[in-house]
Amino acid sequence: MQDIVKTIQGVPLNHYILLSAIIFSIGVTGVLIRRNAIVIFMSVELMLNAVNLLLTAFSAFSNDPAGQVFVFFIMALAAAEVAVGLAIIVMIYRNTNTIDINVMNRLKW
Amino acid sequence: MNALITISVLAVLVLYLGLYKANKALLPVTLLGLAVALFFTINHWNVFTGPTFNDMMSYDNFAVAFSGITITSTMLILLLSKGYFEKISDHVAEYYSIILFSLAGILVMVSYHNMTMLFIGIEIMSVSLYILAGIRKQDFASNEAALKYFLMGAFSTGFLLFGVALIYGAAHSFDLEAIKMHLETNLQTGQAISPLFYTGVVLMAVGMAFKVGAAPFHFWTPDVYEGSPSLITAFMSTVVKTAGFAAFLRLFATCFYPLHDFWMPVILVITIITLFAGNITALYQNNFKRMLAWSSISHAGYMLFAIVSLGSEASYGVFVYAIAYSAASIIAFAGLVLMQANTGSDSFDSFNGLGRKNPFLAFTLTVAMLSLAGIPLTAGFIGKFIMFSNALSSMHTWLVVLAVINAVISIFYYFRVIVAMYFKDAERAELEIPLNFKVVLAISVVATILIGIWPAFLPNVI
Repeated sequence: MQDIVKTIQGVPLNHYILLSAIIFSIGVTGVLIRRNAIVIFMSVELMLNAVNLLLTAFSAFSNDPAGQVFVFFIMALAAAEVAVGLAIIVMIYRNTNTIDINVMNRLKW
Repeated sequence: MNALITISVLAVLVLYLGLYKANKALLPVTLLGLAVALFFTINHWNVFTGPTFNDMMSYDNFAVAFSGITITSTMLILLLSKGYFEKISDHVAEYYSIILFSLAGILVMVSYHNMTMLFIGIEIMSVSLYILAGIRKQDFASNEAALKYFLMGAFSTGFLLFGVALIYGAAHSFDLEAIKMHLETNLQTGQAISPLFYTGVVLMAVGMAFKVGAAPFHFWTPDVYEGSPSLITAFMSTVVKTAGFAAFLRLFATCFYPLHDFWMPVILVITIITLFAGNITALYQNNFKRMLAWSSISHAGYMLFAIVSLGSEASYGVFVYAIAYSAASIIAFAGLVLMQANTGSDSFDSFNGLGRKNPFLAFTLTVAMLSLAGIPLTAGFIGKFIMFSNALSSMHTWLVVLAVINAVISIFYYFRVIVAMYFKDAERAELEIPLNFKVVLAISVVATILIGIWPAFLPNVI
């Protein structure tokens, strides 16, 4: 375990922050510009995993296990979210035969 | 604490009742269990000694007050649901238990003392709500509502979590008290606070604004509220919104309070945009349910006042406002459910002539609309009064002027319902109002008028 922490600390903290920020931005961009529900969903997962990476890095650098415990919670709840989300997408596919979110325009102001 | 355990066990118990086909027992058992949970909550008042469970939760008076409102509103909404879910599907027990699970998440949200519990509470609540929004599997509007709510909810959770991670990086802790200490010591010793912290605060504000449906992050709200079954919408716009504001207030009023000068302008801008976006768009709606969705956005704006001004009365203001808003919304949604069941329509025109045929229902709806518009002698006025006087005492005169303009705008669309009920004639049959609806309407109207006439009736419990 100590080895892993040492390896993580081998890279400066700023690099982790930058990498996470880039991955997070890719996720946000994906959610905003893609039209396929599954791809949007994957982009959301990308955002969550950027957070996981950042938390692990902070946790290793400050020698505090709380951050890594938080990562477990994120993983568990993201799995629950995936289960519900995929069920919703399947339900929509059954009714419309498509998962393109552009057909989701029946409710309009 | 006991309330949380009661509700979680109750949800599992209700699932078992469904398994053994005891459909008649579902509603009584759920209501009884919630009454027990409410008793435990009230019993916990003023016995706060400090955070429990390794500083994860803190059951202070704030948590007690907001748990009390959310449990009571849930009881009223469930009372309306007699015979409602049976029309949607055969698996009725699941609805009750998902609502209860959502309520368990809400209790965690109002009593957290650690970012971990905030995240877990929000997720338990949201994941349950994604299911509830899409509970009409064959109905396209319900499907669309579920997908939109799910994608937007997951997206906003991402922002919230990135904010939490950055704050953890700066303060090395998830504990609210520890984060506040970190800020205070840094400010006192003149050390610079890490830019990570500032970014984190903004991202968390964005995430919370998404959750409570404040502009410019409100665009999912009308679609989701319109597409979901009406009672679920009632649950979302009262209980969930109250819980969202309790969580928002706890985070910003205690934990980030030392940085008030930094984040206050951000919330101020969000408040003003929310007020105008909600009220002006609500003017153009022809559909009662969609009007209620936009009006819930504008009420989010009024509740944000408490977070902007953060006086000593902030928690009390949100408390009173949440009660007033919940009571009035429950009446409005009860009227909507009755109207949809009888006429199949939810446009303003379907209310024409209601005043002559159903005087009681028309009277309760009138009280609800007056309360939502903030007319004196109703609870809504007291809620707005506390919010505005609070904002005035912290020198936000312009904000109050803008808010009063918005309150005037809102009178137009709330009065459309009253005008339709009393001054427009239409051939219609008398609506049959079941007993459970009468009980809920009576309780809500009495609460609305009582608080409006005699505000001291509600003690300052926080």
